[in-house]
Amino acid sequence: MSAEQKGVLTGAHYLDGDHACSEGAIVAGCNFVAGYPITPSTEIVERIAWRFPATGGTFIQMEDEIASSITIQGAVWGGAKAMTVSSGPGISLMMEHIGFAAMTETPCVFVNVQRGGPSTGLPTLPAQADMMQARWGSHGDYEIIALSPNSPQECFDLVIEAFNFSEKYRSPVMFMMDESVGHMTEKVVIPTPDKIKTIPRKFTSKAPGDYKPYEVSSGLVPDMCKAGDGHRIHITGLTHDEKGYPVMNADCQEKLLTRIVGKIRDNVDDIAMYDEDEIEGADVVVISYGITSRISMKAIRAARQQGVKVGHIRLIVVWPFIENYVKKLAGKVKALVVPEINLGQVVLEVERCAAGQCKVVSVPHAGGAVHEPETITKAILEAVK
Amino acid sequence: MTQATADACEQITSKTEEFVRSDRMPHIWCPGCGIGTTVNCFTRAIEQCGVDLNKLAIVSGIGCTGRVAGYLNLDSFHTTHGRAIPFATGLKLSNPDLKVVLYSGDGDLIAIGGNHFIHAARRNLDITVICVNNFNYAMTGGQVAPTTPIDAIGTTAPYGVCERSFNLPFLADSCGAVYVARWTAFHVRQLTKAMVEAVNKRGFSFVEVITPCPTLYERRNRLGDGLARMEWYKENSVIKHDADTRECDIDFQGKIVCGKFVDKEDVPSLLQKRNQKTEELRVKGIACD
Ligand SMILES: Cc1ncc(C[n+]2csc(CCOP(=O)(O)OP(=O)(O)O)c2C)c(N)n1
Ligand code: SF4
Ligand SMILES: [Mg+2]
Repeated sequence: MSAEQKGVLTGAHYLDGDHACSEGAIVAGCNFVAGYPITPSTEIVERIAWRFPATGGTFIQMEDEIASSITIQGAVWGGAKAMTVSSGPGISLMMEHIGFAAMTETPCVFVNVQRGGPSTGLPTLPAQADMMQARWGSHGDYEIIALSPNSPQECFDLVIEAFNFSEKYRSPVMFMMDESVGHMTEKVVIPTPDKIKTIPRKFTSKAPGDYKPYEVSSGLVPDMCKAGDGHRIHITGLTHDEKGYPVMNADCQEKLLTRIVGKIRDNVDDIAMYDEDEIEGADVVVISYGITSRISMKAIRAARQQGVKVGHIRLIVVWPFIENYVKKLAGKVKALVVPEINLGQVVLEVERCAAGQCKVVSVPHAGGAVHEPETITKAILEAVK
Repeated sequence: MTQATADACEQITSKTEEFVRSDRMPHIWCPGCGIGTTVNCFTRAIEQCGVDLNKLAIVSGIGCTGRVAGYLNLDSFHTTHGRAIPFATGLKLSNPDLKVVLYSGDGDLIAIGGNHFIHAARRNLDITVICVNNFNYAMTGGQVAPTTPIDAIGTTAPYGVCERSFNLPFLADSCGAVYVARWTAFHVRQLTKAMVEAVNKRGFSFVEVITPCPTLYERRNRLGDGLARMEWYKENSVIKHDADTRECDIDFQGKIVCGKFVDKEDVPSLLQKRNQKTEELRVKGIACD
């Protein structure tokens, strides 16, 4: 299905990543946003508050992020497409409800414009240090989908994908921006609606009485419904059966979690999004994501000029991780180099997948700035030795 | 048969079955627990309101009272501890045709969820909040709550509470609730009526129900079983409609002021205000049709 006409600002704009994210959400059909101001994400909710009257959406500034993160889920069960937006401290407050969304299979988008942490950290400066939090932050076993844009254009394009994944997999999706992408201004082209693919919610066609909110007919993702349609559903964060009724035993837990985790794990190939550059015959491959991918490109060019065969994988979807791909790749190269604005997070996943087949080199950065390209070039040159 | 049991029996013979999920029975509540009594009143109230049951959603947090959502045959949401109100906020704002009723415990709504409570009242959000106040955290085994009266005992205050407790009608009133009432589980008729009024009220309506938790609060404080407690409520309740909510504090074994304290007209609800704003923007050509 293509995007609805209402609210699409087709044309070329100069927007920062935050504003582009708001426009992307609108195009994706988002009509409910709850948020609480926090740098460097605030501009997203400000633009939403300004734009929503024209697109028919509802924005509410809640009393805190704990509230925002579940207000959006109430809105989803009322029939809306919803997101919340925050950064470090606020995202930390939302964790319980990311688990609630995973458990109740409530499609929604959490935007995290990452800043330096822990705690209040560096409110106005970039980091990519919440990647493991995005993956593991809420308690219990679940899988998450997380995307990482590297430009304002991608803040627009990929937040649409984030909504699409949330609907397709009935899952919370983390949209992992960072301060530099959020605050950089670049050209953003908004296509005509017919060129934008949006996935509408798959509502049940069953009659009240027949519909069960957690029953799957095919695949692993049950159809949705909304309150007020006569289904008299029960939704709980407790372990539940197909009807949504709480069942407190290990069998039900296993059945439910196997499906919830499986719907993502079994579809890594469908969810995966990455850019490949000169992987064939490479001795070293850089694996990067988000803003660091742009610095990496510069670093890679410099290394190539020195005669090193360097390839580049840019992860667009970071979670679920492209495990099989990296496993195979590790068997063909001398080293994998992983620059990220944290002290080593996604590199752990790379190491796990490489399983000793090749060198894995972390290029950490504590946050507050992006890498100097030379640091990454140096790491590549060392790695190839 | 005492007056209390007679009233309770009359309630049970109402058409409660139609409103509960029979496939979820038996429920988890203890014998003598007051929560079930309030549910009987609620089912009768929604019958009297004549609301379309397909358009009535019930939202609970976590606790013994939080289980109410799971037993009512309505669209029902058992959310997280303390967060029923923000969930309901999204539900109501995204789907204004729904009547949204919150049904949760004192700890859930007023301790962990206290911030949401005061803000929902301030916003005059179009929801009804029914707070079952059993003076403790029952689900987790009888710890003290912000509602536990000073000097009463709980597992986390084995020598008695030193803190002042919340006066919920005053809290709701001062934050802007347009309807505030308090009854006990003994006052089934009045409670039912209050629930009807609250559900029909536009804006933020609040009903506090004092209920026995014989297994924990009553037992630990040696206050007798559920029935003894009903007798006690009967003897110690003072009905005072329009009472100044500042005077509705509950002391340990002190009098319980009951009644309808607040029933305001002409305060625009959040949805009314929002719709008015949208209309203004439409006229200016800013809002879409
Ligand atoms: C975040 C969180 N903290 C603590 C708990 C544990 N917990 C469950 S119910 C409850 C208290 C319930 O008390 P109340 O709301 O008064 O309900 P009651 O059981 O008395 O009806 C607590 C502390 C939880 N589920 N979640
Ligand atoms: S513990 Fe108390 S509140 Fe919970 S069901 Fe038993 S009596 Fe009722
Ligand atoms: Mg309680």
